[in-house]
Amino acid sequence: MPKLFMLGLLMALLLFISAAAQPPPTGNLDTAQSASGVAAPPKVTAFDTPNDAGGSITIQWERSPDDVFSPQDFAGYDILKATSPQGPFTKIGEVPGGSRGPDPLTRTYMDNGTKDGVLYYYAVDAKAFDGSSRTVTSAPTTSKEQWFNSSQLNLFIAVIFLTAAILYYISSAKAGKKLYIRKIAGLEAVDEAVGRATEMGKKIFFIPGTQDMDNVQTIAGLTILGRVAKLTAEYEARIDVPVSRSLVMVTAREVVKEAYLKAGRPEAYTDDMVYYLTDDQFGYAAGIEGMVVRQKPATIFYQGAFYAESLILAETGNSIGAIQIAGTAMPAQLPFFVAACDYTLIGEELFAASAYLSHEPKQLGSLKGQDLGKLVFILALLIGVIIQVSGIFDFSSLFNVVGGGE
Amino acid sequence: MKREVPLIICATVGIVLIFQYFIPAEPFGTLNQVFSDWFQVIGAFAIWLGALNLIKVSGNNVYKKRKDWPYSLLIIISFFVMVIVGFFFSGGRRFQDQGTAFSALYDYVYSPLTSMMFALLAFYVGSASYRAFRARTKEATVLLLAAFFVMLGRVPLGDTLTSWLPNWLHMSNIANWIMNIPNTAGQRAIMIGIALGTVSTSLRLILGIERSYLGGE
Repeated sequence: MPKLFMLGLLMALLLFISAAAQPPPTGNLDTAQSASGVAAPPKVTAFDTPNDAGGSITIQWERSPDDVFSPQDFAGYDILKATSPQGPFTKIGEVPGGSRGPDPLTRTYMDNGTKDGVLYYYAVDAKAFDGSSRTVTSAPTTSKEQWFNSSQLNLFIAVIFLTAAILYYISSAKAGKKLYIRKIAGLEAVDEAVGRATEMGKKIFFIPGTQDMDNVQTIAGLTILGRVAKLTAEYEARIDVPVSRSLVMVTAREVVKEAYLKAGRPEAYTDDMVYYLTDDQFGYAAGIEGMVVRQKPATIFYQGAFYAESLILAETGNSIGAIQIAGTAMPAQLPFFVAACDYTLIGEELFAASAYLSHEPKQLGSLKGQDLGKLVFILALLIGVIIQVSGIFDFSSLFNVVGGGE
Repeated sequence: MKREVPLIICATVGIVLIFQYFIPAEPFGTLNQVFSDWFQVIGAFAIWLGALNLIKVSGNNVYKKRKDWPYSLLIIISFFVMVIVGFFFSGGRRFQDQGTAFSALYDYVYSPLTSMMFALLAFYVGSASYRAFRARTKEATVLLLAAFFVMLGRVPLGDTLTSWLPNWLHMSNIANWIMNIPNTAGQRAIMIGIALGTVSTSLRLILGIERSYLGGE
C-alpha cells in the first residue's frame, strides 16, 4: 500500500507540473489599424476569461510604442466593444498607460458585461493628447462558463489525495489494525483537571471561543465540551459554559444535555449551565473575567477560536490559580496560551482532541491519514528546497492557487 | 430521525461546498455566498435567543437574590437603556446616526469601556512575559534570548549599541532574521498542521464519523 501512495504522490507531482506548464487559453487575433499621430497597439487579443462562471471576456494587448518610449505624451487606452467588425463600437472602459503587472509590454482589461454565446469584437484605442489610433480584433470572441477551475487543480489533487489517505486509514482502523497515536499531554490532563475541581468543590468553566458555528475551531471546541461535560456529570462536578454566540449556545446546550444523559445523570442537567453573555469581543472577555475573579473556578478550558481576548482570559485564570487547558488554531494567540495556561493544544491537536478522547478506531484512523498528509508535506518541502536551490525550475509555482487563473 | 436529518444536511452541504470551490459554473459559483447569507439570516434571528437568555438568567439572579446579583441588575438596566434609547430617543433618525442619544452612549460609554479592556492587554502581556521569559529551562532561555534580540532590534537603541559591529550583526538585522527565518518556519509548520487538521475534521463531520457536536459519540 505504501507503494500505491508513492505512485499517487508521483502522479500528483506530474499533474502539478502539467498544470503549471499550461499556457493561458487564447482567443482571436488583431487586425485593422487606423493611423494618426500615435502608434496603435501592435496586437490585440480577446479570449474567454478562464475559470469563471461566464459573462466575462479578457482583452489583452501589446502596449503602443508611444506608451513605451514617450509616456509623457501618452494619455492611455480606451476599450471598445461591438457585435460586428464594422461597429458601432461602444466604449466600455479605459486603462491608463505605463507598465503594470508581471509583463511590462502588455496590458489587460476584463469586460465583465458580456452575454454568454454572443459574439463580440473588441477595439483598443491608443490615445495621445493630440489624437488616437485603433486596433480591432479580427475574429469574434464569446464568453462561456467553465465546469472546472483549472487554476485550482493542484489543490483539487491535494484534497483527493488527503481524503483517500484518511478514508484508507479509517477503513484500516475499522478492520482492526492497531494504530499508534502519540500522547497529547493537554488531553491526558482533562481527567485530572475535572477531578481537581470535584475535590475542591468548585466550578469548571468551559469557554468555546468568540466565533460562531461556521468556524471549524468552534465545532472542534464543542466536541471537546461533550467529553468534558460527560466527565463532569460522572464526577458530579458543576460546569459553566458562557458563550458569545446564540447559535453556539443552542448547540452547546444540546452537547452538554446529551453528555449528562449518557453519563446517566439527566436530572443533573439544567439549561442554566450554558448561557449567553454578549457577541461583543471585549464585553465577553470582561464578563468572563468578572465571573472568574468572583467565583474562582478550579478548572478553566479554553477551546475554540480566540483573538486578543485570549491573554486577558488566560491571565485572569492564572491569577486565581485555576488549572487551565487551552486549545486553539489561531497561531497569533498560541504564545499567550502557552505562557499563561498549564496545557495548550497547539493547532492540529485541537482538531485531534475529539478523536483522541473518544478512542474510536474510525476517528483515530482519520488522525493517521492526517499524519500521512504531513509526511507528504515534509517530502515536498525537502524536494522543493533541493529543486529551488538547484534552479531547475520554480517549484514554488506549483503551489500557487489564489488568482492563478486570472 | 433527530440525528439522521442533521447528519444528512451536514453531509450534503459539506460536499456541495467542496464542489463549489472547484466549479465556477452556476449554480455552484454563487453557492458559497448563498450559504453565507443564509447563515447570517439564521444568526440574526438567533440573536434574540441570546438576548432573551441573558435577560432570563440575569432576571433569575436578581429575583432570587443570588450571590453578586447587583451585577445582573446592572446588565438588565444597561440592556434596556440601550434598547429604549435606540428605539425611542433617536428623534426620527436612524439610531446609528451621529448626534443621536444612542450614538452618544456608544461613543462615550461603550467605546471607552471596550478600549479600556483592550488596553489591559498591555499589563497582561507584561505579567505573562515575566513568567515565560524566566530562564529556568533551556527552551525558556532560548525564548528569553530571542525576545531580547527582537525587542532591542525593534528600537533605535539596538542599532546604536551594535553600530561598531559588521552590518549583519546589527541588532535590527538579527531581529529581522529571527522573525523571518526561525519564527516564520515555526509558524508555517503550525499552519500546515492546522490546515490538515481542518481537512480531517471537516471530513469526519461530512462523513458523520464525528457527531459529538450533535450530542452523540
